[in-house]
Amino acid sequence: MTKADLVEVAFEKVGCSKKDLAEVVDQVFETIKGALEHGDKVKISGFGNFTVRHKKARRGRNPQTGDEIIIGERRVMTFKPSQILKDYVNK
Amino acid sequence: MTRSELVEEVASKSANFTKKDVEVIVSTLFQSIADSLSKGEKIEIRGFGSFKVKQREARRGRNPKSGEGILVEEKKVPFFKAGKEFKERVNTVEQKTA
Repeated sequence: MTKADLVEVAFEKVGCSKKDLAEVVDQVFETIKGALEHGDKVKISGFGNFTVRHKKARRGRNPQTGDEIIIGERRVMTFKPSQILKDYVNK
Repeated sequence: MTRSELVEEVASKSANFTKKDVEVIVSTLFQSIADSLSKGEKIEIRGFGSFKVKQREARRGRNPKSGEGILVEEKKVPFFKAGKEFKERVNTVEQKTA
Protein backbone atom coordinates (compact mmCIF):
# COMPACT_ATOMS: atom_id res chain seq x y z
CA MET A 1 0.00 0.00 0.00
CA THR A 2 1.31 3.44 -0.92
CA LYS A 3 0.23 7.00 -0.33
CA ALA A 4 -1.78 6.87 -3.56
CA ASP A 5 -3.77 3.92 -2.18
CA LEU A 6 -4.42 5.82 1.03
CA VAL A 7 -5.74 8.75 -1.00
CA GLU A 8 -7.96 6.32 -2.92
CA VAL A 9 -9.50 4.92 0.28
CA ALA A 10 -10.05 8.42 1.65
CA PHE A 11 -11.64 9.37 -1.68
CA GLU A 12 -14.21 6.57 -1.31
CA LYS A 13 -15.09 7.87 2.16
CA VAL A 14 -15.08 11.61 1.55
CA GLY A 15 -15.62 11.88 -2.18
CA CYS A 16 -14.09 15.16 -3.24
CA SER A 17 -11.29 16.22 -5.52
CA LYS A 18 -8.46 13.68 -5.40
CA LYS A 19 -5.94 16.43 -5.85
CA ASP A 20 -7.21 18.21 -2.75
CA LEU A 21 -7.25 14.93 -0.85
CA ALA A 22 -3.69 14.16 -1.83
CA GLU A 23 -2.70 17.54 -0.44
CA VAL A 24 -4.40 16.90 2.89
CA VAL A 25 -2.82 13.46 3.19
CA ASP A 26 0.57 15.03 2.52
CA GLN A 27 -0.18 17.70 5.06
CA VAL A 28 -1.02 15.08 7.68
CA PHE A 29 2.34 13.36 7.33
CA GLU A 30 4.12 16.68 7.05
CA THR A 31 2.52 17.88 10.28
CA ILE A 32 3.54 14.70 12.11
CA LYS A 33 7.09 15.12 10.87
CA GLY A 34 7.12 18.77 11.88
CA ALA A 35 6.01 17.96 15.42
CA LEU A 36 8.59 15.21 15.86
CA GLU A 37 11.29 17.34 14.37
CA HIS A 38 10.75 19.79 17.20
CA GLY A 39 10.90 17.07 19.77
CA ASP A 40 7.16 16.81 20.31
CA LYS A 41 5.44 13.43 20.66
CA VAL A 42 2.61 12.49 18.36
CA LYS A 43 -0.05 10.35 19.99
CA ILE A 44 -2.69 8.83 17.78
CA SER A 45 -5.15 7.12 20.08
CA GLY A 46 -5.99 3.61 18.97
CA PHE A 47 -3.00 3.54 16.64
CA GLY A 48 0.20 4.34 18.47
CA ASN A 49 2.71 6.95 19.55
CA PHE A 50 5.54 8.43 17.57
CA THR A 51 8.30 9.67 19.82
CA VAL A 52 11.82 10.99 19.45
CA ARG A 53 14.55 9.44 21.56
CA HIS A 54 18.02 10.67 22.32
CA LYS A 55 20.81 8.22 21.80
CA LYS A 56 24.10 8.82 23.50
CA ALA A 57 27.35 8.45 21.63
CA ARG A 58 28.72 4.92 21.76
CA ARG A 59 31.47 2.81 20.38
CA GLY A 60 30.44 0.69 17.47
CA ARG A 61 32.10 -1.52 14.97
CA ASN A 62 31.88 -1.60 11.23
CA PRO A 63 30.50 -5.09 10.74
CA GLN A 64 32.15 -5.41 7.37
CA THR A 65 35.70 -4.42 8.23
CA GLY A 66 35.69 -4.88 11.99
CA ASP A 67 37.04 -1.36 12.47
CA GLU A 68 36.00 0.34 15.64
CA ILE A 69 34.13 3.60 15.13
CA ILE A 70 32.36 6.11 17.30
CA ILE A 71 28.67 6.49 16.72
CA GLY A 72 27.85 10.06 17.65
CA GLU A 73 25.04 11.33 19.79
CA ARG A 74 21.86 11.47 17.76
CA ARG A 75 18.11 11.55 17.81
CA VAL A 76 16.04 8.73 16.41
CA MET A 77 12.34 8.35 16.11
CA THR A 78 10.46 5.35 17.34
CA PHE A 79 6.94 4.14 16.94
CA LYS A 80 5.17 2.35 19.75
CA PRO A 81 2.01 0.64 18.55
CA SER A 82 -1.02 0.85 20.81
CA GLN A 83 -2.43 -2.29 22.41
CA ILE A 84 -5.43 -1.92 20.08
CA LEU A 85 -3.23 -2.04 16.99
CA LYS A 86 -1.19 -4.95 18.39
CA ASP A 87 -4.36 -6.93 19.02
CA TYR A 88 -5.75 -5.98 15.62
CA VAL A 89 -2.68 -7.30 13.83
CA ASN A 90 -2.88 -10.61 15.72
CA LYS A 91 -6.51 -11.41 15.29
CA MET B 1 0.48 16.34 19.76
CA THR B 2 -2.70 14.28 19.85
CA ARG B 3 -4.94 13.14 17.05
CA SER B 4 -7.26 16.13 17.58
CA GLU B 5 -4.37 18.58 17.59
CA LEU B 6 -3.13 17.02 14.39
CA VAL B 7 -6.59 17.46 12.84
CA GLU B 8 -6.69 21.05 14.08
CA GLU B 9 -3.36 21.94 12.53
CA VAL B 10 -4.01 20.24 9.20
CA ALA B 11 -7.47 21.86 8.96
CA SER B 12 -6.01 25.30 9.62
CA LYS B 13 -3.66 24.85 6.66
CA SER B 14 -6.15 23.53 4.13
CA ALA B 15 -8.73 25.95 2.84
CA ASN B 16 -10.80 23.35 0.99
CA PHE B 17 -11.71 21.19 3.95
CA THR B 18 -13.60 21.70 7.17
CA LYS B 19 -12.31 20.36 10.46
CA LYS B 20 -14.93 17.64 10.23
CA ASP B 21 -13.63 16.54 6.80
CA VAL B 22 -10.06 16.42 8.06
CA GLU B 23 -11.20 14.38 11.05
CA VAL B 24 -12.77 11.80 8.73
CA ILE B 25 -9.69 11.77 6.48
CA VAL B 26 -7.25 11.32 9.38
CA SER B 27 -9.35 8.51 10.89
CA THR B 28 -9.66 6.81 7.51
CA LEU B 29 -5.93 7.11 6.99
CA PHE B 30 -4.92 5.36 10.18
CA GLN B 31 -7.73 2.84 9.84
CA SER B 32 -6.57 1.84 6.35
CA ILE B 33 -2.99 1.52 7.55
CA ALA B 34 -4.21 -0.71 10.41
CA ASP B 35 -6.37 -2.76 8.01
CA SER B 36 -3.47 -3.32 5.65
CA LEU B 37 -1.19 -4.32 8.50
CA SER B 38 -3.72 -6.83 9.77
CA LYS B 39 -3.69 -8.41 6.32
CA GLY B 40 0.08 -8.64 6.57
CA GLU B 41 0.66 -6.01 3.90
CA LYS B 42 3.41 -3.46 3.88
CA ILE B 43 2.59 0.24 3.69
CA GLU B 44 5.13 2.58 2.20
CA ILE B 45 4.73 6.32 2.49
CA ARG B 46 7.33 8.26 0.56
CA GLY B 47 9.15 10.83 2.64
CA PHE B 48 7.73 9.39 5.84
CA GLY B 49 8.47 5.74 6.29
CA SER B 50 7.02 2.28 6.07
CA PHE B 51 4.83 0.14 8.25
CA LYS B 52 4.99 -3.61 8.26
CA VAL B 53 4.28 -6.58 10.47
CA LYS B 54 7.08 -8.58 11.97
CA GLN B 55 6.68 -12.16 13.09
CA ARG B 56 7.96 -13.00 16.56
CA GLU B 57 8.77 -16.66 17.20
CA ALA B 58 7.44 -18.48 20.23
CA ARG B 59 9.93 -18.38 23.09
CA ARG B 60 10.37 -19.50 26.62
CA GLY B 61 9.69 -16.65 29.01
CA ARG B 62 9.44 -16.23 32.70
CA ASN B 63 6.82 -14.60 34.83
CA PRO B 64 8.91 -11.83 36.41
CA LYS B 65 6.80 -11.86 39.56
CA SER B 66 6.66 -15.54 40.39
CA GLY B 67 9.73 -16.69 38.47
CA GLU B 68 7.69 -19.42 36.82
CA GLY B 69 8.72 -20.44 33.33
CA ILE B 70 6.03 -19.99 30.69
CA LEU B 71 5.79 -20.33 26.97
CA VAL B 72 5.29 -17.07 25.11
CA GLU B 73 3.42 -17.91 21.93
CA GLU B 74 4.41 -16.63 18.53
CA LYS B 75 2.87 -13.32 17.64
CA LYS B 76 2.87 -10.53 15.11
CA VAL B 77 4.10 -7.06 15.96
CA PRO B 78 3.41 -3.86 14.01
CA PHE B 79 6.63 -2.11 13.10
CA PHE B 80 7.45 1.31 11.71
CA LYS B 81 10.65 2.27 10.01
CA ALA B 82 11.25 5.96 9.43
CA GLY B 83 12.32 7.02 5.97
CA LYS B 84 15.78 8.38 5.36
CA GLU B 85 14.67 11.98 4.87
CA PHE B 86 12.55 11.80 8.01
CA LYS B 87 15.41 10.39 10.06
CA GLU B 88 17.69 13.14 8.88
CA ARG B 89 15.16 15.84 9.67
CA VAL B 90 14.61 14.55 13.20
CA ASN B 91 18.33 14.50 13.74
CA THR B 92 19.39 17.82 12.23
CA VAL B 93 17.01 20.11 14.10
CA GLU B 94 18.45 18.77 17.34
CA GLN B 95 21.94 19.88 16.36
CA LYS B 96 20.68 23.39 15.78
CA THR B 97 18.87 23.63 19.10
CA ALA B 98 21.48 21.79 21.18
